[in-house]
Amino acid sequence: MVHFVIQEMKPRGPWLTPFNIISIPVILTGLVILYFRFVYGLGSVTNLSQDTAWGLWLGFDVVTGVALAGGAYVITFVVYVMKVEKYHSIVRVTVLNGLLAYSFYAGALLLDIGRPWHAFNPYIGNSFGFSSVLFLICWHFLLYMVAEFIEFSPVVAEWLHWEKARRILKRLTLTTVILGITLSLLHQSGLGALFLMAKPKIHPLWWSEFLPILFFVSSIYAGLAMIIFEGTVSHKVFRDLIDPKSHHSFDDIIFGLAKGAAIGMFVYYFLKALLFIHDKQWTLISDGWGYWYLLEVIGFVLVPGFMFAFGFRNRSLKTIKVAAVMALLGVVLNRLNVSIISFNWYSQAHYYPSWQEIVVTLTVIFTEIWVFRWVVTRMPVFTSDHRAR
Amino acid sequence: MDRRGFIKTTLVAGTAALAGNQLCAQDTRQPEEFVGILVDTTRCIGCRACEIACGEVHDLMVPDVLNDGALEKHRDTSDKQWMVVNKFETEKGEVFVKKQCMHCYQAACATACPTEAMNQTMKGPVIWDGDKCIGCRFCMVSCPFGVPKFEYNEWNPKIQKCTMCFERLEVGQKPACVAACPTDTLMFGTRVQNLEIARHRIYSHPDQYVHQIYGEHEAGGTGYIYLSAVPFEQIGFRTDLGNTPYPEYTKEFLYGVPMVLFGVPALLLGLNALVGGSEEGSEGSFDFEAKGDGGER
Repeated sequence: MVHFVIQEMKPRGPWLTPFNIISIPVILTGLVILYFRFVYGLGSVTNLSQDTAWGLWLGFDVVTGVALAGGAYVITFVVYVMKVEKYHSIVRVTVLNGLLAYSFYAGALLLDIGRPWHAFNPYIGNSFGFSSVLFLICWHFLLYMVAEFIEFSPVVAEWLHWEKARRILKRLTLTTVILGITLSLLHQSGLGALFLMAKPKIHPLWWSEFLPILFFVSSIYAGLAMIIFEGTVSHKVFRDLIDPKSHHSFDDIIFGLAKGAAIGMFVYYFLKALLFIHDKQWTLISDGWGYWYLLEVIGFVLVPGFMFAFGFRNRSLKTIKVAAVMALLGVVLNRLNVSIISFNWYSQAHYYPSWQEIVVTLTVIFTEIWVFRWVVTRMPVFTSDHRAR
Repeated sequence: MDRRGFIKTTLVAGTAALAGNQLCAQDTRQPEEFVGILVDTTRCIGCRACEIACGEVHDLMVPDVLNDGALEKHRDTSDKQWMVVNKFETEKGEVFVKKQCMHCYQAACATACPTEAMNQTMKGPVIWDGDKCIGCRFCMVSCPFGVPKFEYNEWNPKIQKCTMCFERLEVGQKPACVAACPTDTLMFGTRVQNLEIARHRIYSHPDQYVHQIYGEHEAGGTGYIYLSAVPFEQIGFRTDLGNTPYPEYTKEFLYGVPMVLFGVPALLLGLNALVGGSEEGSEGSFDFEAKGDGGER
């Protein structure tokens, strides 16, 4: 057994791939930057200030990364609760993506918080901040990662040939799926609730008392668009790992996902429009912030929404893939607008991430991709066990 | 009690039961005992004796008030100074304004804190506990006055903000800045008393003051309250913060949590049973093709 695991730890495949050539130097630089961050403080590598307490690491890695990982709860809902078998073949890879995204992006919180050695305080002892949204999110991140791991564990058991464990773990799936969906619903919306008390600091076009609902609804289509995007890339990169039969069915899956994403985006757009009209924000769209807002809501929500619908009707994979990228950009734009760009919008001193912050963000993303690649080339993620061996 | 009220009360009770009555803790405090400081900006001469006292008592930066020319620019509090005095040119001449934590009656920072490191004491001052703090800076994001400051250049950073000299209050002393003030600009007392004094001054000198006490209602009411001769927006105060206590903004979301936590799994299990039909295997299976060979492979 130990021998088997050691064998599996060894790298496989060619070393000098374009991805390795780019990612290895970035990851090494990122580690050096993190050394400075932990020895000399956050100020030594970030552009954070007393006015801008949360920057790229929180606004992009955590708030945006978690939104983009929403695919796992949507797909597990469809497959296990609604029993739609069509999407069964992408469950494993989607759950793996969710698990890794949470481990790395929610894990990026540990880089951002000033006293990470106290990170377990919200979980232990007499310091439960029950009235805090962040307390809720801390717990949900941890519980959700456990739930995702249990959901994924049958694959690990299959890889290790633990037949008995696999059968036991399999039985836990529905329970953990339901727990996972509930937790997702709460922390996806919770990420929006983080900004509720920052009302006087966020531009009125982005602050709304309905931020939790907006964040939740947009996480649904963000997750679906991410599955389309990641699936497309995976089917190119890991072509030989994927069973030829599922190449064909994947196109069919994409059409289904596109339909779901289109509906999600129209609902989200409707909600946005309703809030805009209800709050009588007409006067706010005549300046730069207004145009920026319209670009996000029309250019990156309404337009890709129509493109998804069009692609579904006309069976055009290409339109759907472009729409997926645009929808993802729209979600990134929205999360960054709320958490960073329109934060302290009236202030003269604007926050721009330092190059170190960007490199560390890329380090987090690349490391995740390394782990993803390691897992899919060893464990039966794309294909079921009897075909893999 | 109307229906909305009933639902809210039920949810509060439910949440409180789940949350170990933390949410109710605020209601057990006695507003009469709530202490605060009255700042009468018409009396301040800008000597900055309070800044020196604050720095000395809390082992922070002690400014060289005679030579540093700090009044020439508008300063903010920092991780090295819990309070600053700023000078404003107004229609009624120079006005000096002390700036520090407002010690909200319902503090956004304390509500935001996931570990209760930022803690609202029973008597009012909001203080910080380094053993609990994880350094997430959610207090900084949430505070409507932008008060908590973070030591960005420390490996073991602290949150720095005014504590209203909580440890001095414990032994019956006044806050250091109040004790140092030579002109009675600063008055320490219960918030109720301070409000009465402030109102009395406005009534007896209606031409000297604008008829507003900043902090009486702002952000749900603050421990520090201010009197001024000129409108408050002219002396560096934000007047667009509203009178809602900031914790109210997240309260409704948090009340929804137990509903979702118990309601959604019930709904999902029900849905799952309704959809039914599928064979045993696919219910819990994590296999590739659930139908046919999927379940029992």
